[in-house]
Amino acid sequence: MEIFVCVKRVPDTGENEIELDSGSNGIKRDDLVYSINEWDNYAVEEAIQIREKHGGSVTVVTVDNEEGDEVLRREMAMGADRGVLVMDKAFEGSDGRGIASILKAVVEKEHYDLVLTGVQADDGAAQIGGLLAAMLGWPYASIVNEIEILDEKKIRIHREVAGGNLEVYEVDLPCVLSVQTGINEPRYVPIRGVMKAAGLDVPVYGTADLGLSPESVGEAGATVKVKNYFVPEAGDRAEMLEGSTEEIIDKLIDLLKSKGGVR
Amino acid sequence: METVLISPAKAAIFGIPSVIFSILIPLIGTLLFAYIILKRLTPLLKAAPDPRLDRLINRVFQLFKFAILQYRHLRYPVAGIIHILIFAGFVILSLRSVTLIMLGIFDGFTLPGLSGTIGNFYTVLKDITATVVLMACIAAMVRRGLFKPARYAVPSKYGKGHAGEALVVLMLISGLMLCDMAFEGSLAAAGVQEGLTTGTALPGTGSGLAAKLFNKLSLAQLQNIHLAAFFFHDLIFFFFLCFLPLGKHFHVITSLPNIFLMKLDKGKIKPVRWGVEEPEIVDLESFGIKKFGDFTWKHMLDFYSCADCGRCSDQCPANAVVRPLSPRFLSIKCRNELFQNYPLIGGTTQDESPLIGHIFEEDEIWSCTTCGACETECPLLIEYIDKIVDIRRGMVDEGMVPQSLQKPLHSLERRGNPYGKTPKRRIEWIKELPEENHVKIFQEEQTANTLYFVDSVTSYDDRIQEIARATARVLMAAGIDFGILGPAEKDSGHEVRRFGEEMLFLSLKNSNTEAIKNSGVKNIITSDPHAFNALKNDYTDIPPVEHTSQVIARKIKSGEIRLKGVENGDGIYTYHDSCYLGRHNGIYDAPRDVIDAIPGIKRVEMARCGDRAFCCGGGGLNLFYEPVEEKRMAQVRVEMAKEAGANIIVTACPFCMVHIEDGIKTSGLESEMQVIDLMELIDHSLITE
Repeated sequence: MEIFVCVKRVPDTGENEIELDSGSNGIKRDDLVYSINEWDNYAVEEAIQIREKHGGSVTVVTVDNEEGDEVLRREMAMGADRGVLVMDKAFEGSDGRGIASILKAVVEKEHYDLVLTGVQADDGAAQIGGLLAAMLGWPYASIVNEIEILDEKKIRIHREVAGGNLEVYEVDLPCVLSVQTGINEPRYVPIRGVMKAAGLDVPVYGTADLGLSPESVGEAGATVKVKNYFVPEAGDRAEMLEGSTEEIIDKLIDLLKSKGGVR
Repeated sequence: METVLISPAKAAIFGIPSVIFSILIPLIGTLLFAYIILKRLTPLLKAAPDPRLDRLINRVFQLFKFAILQYRHLRYPVAGIIHILIFAGFVILSLRSVTLIMLGIFDGFTLPGLSGTIGNFYTVLKDITATVVLMACIAAMVRRGLFKPARYAVPSKYGKGHAGEALVVLMLISGLMLCDMAFEGSLAAAGVQEGLTTGTALPGTGSGLAAKLFNKLSLAQLQNIHLAAFFFHDLIFFFFLCFLPLGKHFHVITSLPNIFLMKLDKGKIKPVRWGVEEPEIVDLESFGIKKFGDFTWKHMLDFYSCADCGRCSDQCPANAVVRPLSPRFLSIKCRNELFQNYPLIGGTTQDESPLIGHIFEEDEIWSCTTCGACETECPLLIEYIDKIVDIRRGMVDEGMVPQSLQKPLHSLERRGNPYGKTPKRRIEWIKELPEENHVKIFQEEQTANTLYFVDSVTSYDDRIQEIARATARVLMAAGIDFGILGPAEKDSGHEVRRFGEEMLFLSLKNSNTEAIKNSGVKNIITSDPHAFNALKNDYTDIPPVEHTSQVIARKIKSGEIRLKGVENGDGIYTYHDSCYLGRHNGIYDAPRDVIDAIPGIKRVEMARCGDRAFCCGGGGLNLFYEPVEEKRMAQVRVEMAKEAGANIIVTACPFCMVHIEDGIKTSGLESEMQVIDLMELIDHSLITE
């Protein structure tokens, strides 16, 4: 099974104090630490587990600048066979459709049976999986939390649906799946692995390698544009608890008690 | 010496000269024993390296202390006394056994130096000794068979009980004693019948009783008893010798080398692979222990040496709160594996199967807090922490790390602390200090002779920051000119190393080492025993390190710190030993001296204190690991303090503070029990003009 996993580097929300940048419709990025988008990490783990069971290879791909290299190497240290950094000045400012069309070109460069994406990215819009499948003309299933390989042509997947229910589908290969967290327990990537992966070869693809015209991607090709980025003001019924952790906990317990949440 | 009975060297059995048997039995027995030992040594010869032949004088001293003097045995008085008696008997009677075996070949044989007066004295001594050993064996059998102390019990998941082997061995030893008594008694009885004055047995000893018992028997009967006793002794002796390496009594043979080759450096962790230095270890094919053959030969010798006494697990806090870890069975499972893979008959199995999932489960290995209670208790000096850490290294290398630990490890990698907070917030704790308590930061080109190494939990945790502030005030009151590394400080990496992420530890260590060197300080103080142990035992080439308790104890003694009467007159204080101050670094008195220096303070000791202190739940990454357990360790510890009659627990470690505070809450004892850090206690008691 040849598996293609789309990954993205995102600011680590757990480790950053995110501050807004009034100038750029975004956040201040100077002091941020980045890591792989959590959903994508589950997708890579799932791909590695499928390969361990059924053979084949795992290719991780990201559309990024040179910083994306680190994320790819980390996933290679985890067990992915290959990493591909898709980088070109022309790709900057791409909207979701742009990114999907770039990824489509990478997928079509070689033969793949299965494409995995995360359900969404911390800073994303949860659209790549669907767009990419549509562009490839492949079947698509989203929010997948179990994958079972039936044979070379068919897989069975479980999907989470509202209310904690599960749906089971059979899907023809090749296909695109967006993977939900909790599908597996991603393995730890030891620093030694990261250090070893530093010496691996990571090819870089640009517009020329992918046969894309610069006008169709990047800011030029984007039809969806970010206009603003802000923290919404707290509404009337929202209340921020303040004080030390202990005080906040006490206030929260009082509130829960008074509102009947706990007895 | 004139005797009336024919010696086994000259007698005949069914017409065959019995000397043939007295040669054949030792010959076959010795050859068989040599074969078994050779088989047992095979895996050790193929195992990972582990240099242990340094500091020989020290090793001889340790051998004398722990093996000959049985130093740790009296920690369990009943079993200890019985063991010491049997062991002393073994030592004394070994000469007798050799003599007896040789008597079957050479009539009238005596060991060189054991003739004449010394020989007579020895005969009396060995008669008494044999009697004492026999009584000790009976006491041990009664203990194991009837009283069944709880620590010998085998939980069902580890198979059947082990009392059978113990009883068999006790019976074999008793058999040896009885044979000697019968051999001597028959000779003495015959001598009395023939009116000889020599060769009488000492009344009151086993031999004396046997002589009395036998005095009505005919000479022919006595002759038969004499020969039978001799050959039973021979047979039991060599059966016992070959039986020893088949089970837990292998320790009779391996304990001497095992103690001689013990780990001499407490608090340190073994390198990933002996002989491979820091930059090269990245290139090792594999990291840590993944399969059986990855253990070092000394670790395998440990497995052979375990006497199954259960002292380790009896003291193990993880075992006490029913986590899936029992150090005793870690050794026993591994010994069984060794026996199985290297059978005495037939080829060896090259077992390449991973240990995790085969003989260990993941949670079992993560359950250890590295408190060291097991290692402090083991009479045979078996090591556990290095093995656990090595197995964890293997798990980390394979990516087998609990999800709850992955996040803090990533944060440590990126931010230098397990909370994922930015380095600039490492100095947040100083902001609440008043103007007159200005703390220097080396990064900002301020200088001082002393570095206060704060470490992560004390820098970032809301509650623990108070310990940092108390420490700062106390150090200032003591007139110590100090500074902090500030944002340049990273986590000491103490638990990072002990959780098996060696490369991450090395990067933290290297970063801190550089920052410490750049600061130009002459000495280091820390209020965190884990940082203390890391800086002292894991780091190299940095200035000397002390824990605050040591510094303040000295300053109190010198009068540089003066203390006022105890703040809380109703308080009954108890000191909870930190594992990394106490067991790993031998600092038991300094914190107690500091507490006792407060005028009017009432302090009691918990039943488990000093080197038997019960771990609170562990430092560093232990805060992020959620094990399966029946109760929190800290809860057990709080109950122990309550039982001792204390209402205020004094800690000298930030992690003890976190856990004990938690334990008080989860036990619902907030109204009865309090916890305070040693530095906070001193801070409250300072006399400042």
